[in-house]
Amino acid sequence: MIPDQVLVARLRAGDEAAFTWLLDRYHGPLMRLARTFVASAAVAEEVVQETWLGLLKGLDGFEQRATLKTWLFRVLVNRAKTRGVREARSVPWSALGPEDEGEPAVDPTRFNARGRWTSPPQPWEDDTPEALLLRRETRAQLEAAIEALPPRQRTVLVLRDIEGVAPDEVCGMLGLSDANQRVLLHRARAALQRALERHRAEEDERC
Amino acid sequence: MLSCQELTELVTAYLEGRLGLLDRLRFRMHIGMCQHCRTYLREQKLVIAAVGHLPAEPIPDGVRDELLDRFRDWKGEDPKP
Repeated sequence: MIPDQVLVARLRAGDEAAFTWLLDRYHGPLMRLARTFVASAAVAEEVVQETWLGLLKGLDGFEQRATLKTWLFRVLVNRAKTRGVREARSVPWSALGPEDEGEPAVDPTRFNARGRWTSPPQPWEDDTPEALLLRRETRAQLEAAIEALPPRQRTVLVLRDIEGVAPDEVCGMLGLSDANQRVLLHRARAALQRALERHRAEEDERC
Repeated sequence: MLSCQELTELVTAYLEGRLGLLDRLRFRMHIGMCQHCRTYLREQKLVIAAVGHLPAEPIPDGVRDELLDRFRDWKGEDPKP
């Protein structure tokens, strides 16, 4: 990991190796984030390209109040939002939609009237993330479940749990309140857990 | 006493450190006594960690080359002392 300060100085000096390092590190994550805003891969690719050009344009004025990574994500979010509007896939960030508020984390039929488990979660055999992802099917299930999330939940999950962006940064980028950010994250994580639980149950049945 | 169902809706606030003192205490007491909810919490943490391990697609060579060209152009337009 190269410190931002060093990286920015090298980029300003036209160091190609530094730019290559940045491209290799952040192009994929930027694409993944862009895809949460725009449906088409081609448009996402354009948005990411614009983000890189935006970086070059803004580099001399970059004041390092935020990290380079946060700055890149912020530029991308701003561009992607504009494109999302044109693609008619824009969702408002100021209020939650019905898809984000309705569903409980766990199917209510799994509890009795007093809210105690009647169909409790079964312990998973693989108890590290590495072991879990080693199964190709599990990984595919997880990726499919992320793709199936409602757009806002997906954006928040990608930023928080994949890219490790801090909650207040995510709120700032998306124009979300702290409480709504947490609701979106909660729904998203619960949906992924449901998907993996279903998948594990199917696997166990097969054994 | 917190029910299991209520606990599953508080998991994110708990993990985010956003529960008040009393709710946090109730959450921990429940987890201490309820094996099923311990399993649920453990699996939720596992899901979060697994998501964090999903690798991104590598940048296609053609895209990298094109962007490097743009970088050289940018550099050429704006010579530094």
